[in-house]
Amino acid sequence: MGFEKFLFYVFAAITVVSAGMVVTRRNPVHAVLYLVLCFAATAVLWMLLEAEFLAIVLVLVYVGAVMVLFLFVVMMLDVDQAALKAQFIRFLPLGLAIALVMLALIVLVVGPANFGLEQFAKPAPAPADYSNTESLGKLLYTVYVYPFEIASVILLVAIVAAIRLTLRRRPDTKYIDPAKQVRVRKGPDRIRIVKMPVEGKVEAE
Amino acid sequence: MIALSDFLILGGLLFSIAVAGIFLNRKNVIILLMCIELMLLAVNMNFVAFSHFLQDTAGQIYVFFILTVAAAEAAIGLAILVVLFRSRQTINVQDLDTLKG
Repeated sequence: MGFEKFLFYVFAAITVVSAGMVVTRRNPVHAVLYLVLCFAATAVLWMLLEAEFLAIVLVLVYVGAVMVLFLFVVMMLDVDQAALKAQFIRFLPLGLAIALVMLALIVLVVGPANFGLEQFAKPAPAPADYSNTESLGKLLYTVYVYPFEIASVILLVAIVAAIRLTLRRRPDTKYIDPAKQVRVRKGPDRIRIVKMPVEGKVEAE
Repeated sequence: MIALSDFLILGGLLFSIAVAGIFLNRKNVIILLMCIELMLLAVNMNFVAFSHFLQDTAGQIYVFFILTVAAAEAAIGLAILVVLFRSRQTINVQDLDTLKG
């Protein structure tokens, strides 16, 4: 058993076990943390497949941004865990049965008989001066430049939608409007001179 | 040597776990969203494996776009979740039946 195969089995086991933990944990915070572990192990597997750029992107973008977002939301919402898990056991047999049937079907189709080493031989490792990021970038900015632009628009829409959905004006908060502060003029806004008659004389002693 | 089928079976395993998770956690929207992320990860695993064994970088480009769309989906989904929790004080799927006729 080569070192590569050893790495594959170790990290594949971590991925599968942590994915199982994600769907069975009671506490959503633990589930998110196991999902982070699952993504990290997957990134190592992608490294084995010589997809270095995507492995880094998975760690930076997914673990670094999306999962932290999940963690924020999970911790922000005060969710009643007991009520949400009440029917957990009831659907366990059904879920397991469907998952096992689906897994059996998938393995039948993609098993070693159809996609083994005889059908798809392991390609030669890339030379030392080959850059996965460079080749991806070249492809992305030439052939796939139009989909790339669309992807940026999708992200823009996501930003606008997320901000618009969660933005709310609370009328009861007392906050200071900086624009109004800056706009204050020296004369009429800051001080007010009140003219009033003198109230009698001050008697000299 | 690691065969292509090993990676494909791993992807299938992840996808099945995610499907089972959707059945198990039918009430918690957050875990449902996480199961969808797991499914996307399984699909991405297949894309990367095929990309490597067929020596075609296009598969990795697709993974890139799937990651983009998944990030957008997660952001909007969580925003909807926050708004939902603000107005209904719950994220239980069974309580969200306003549209029921």
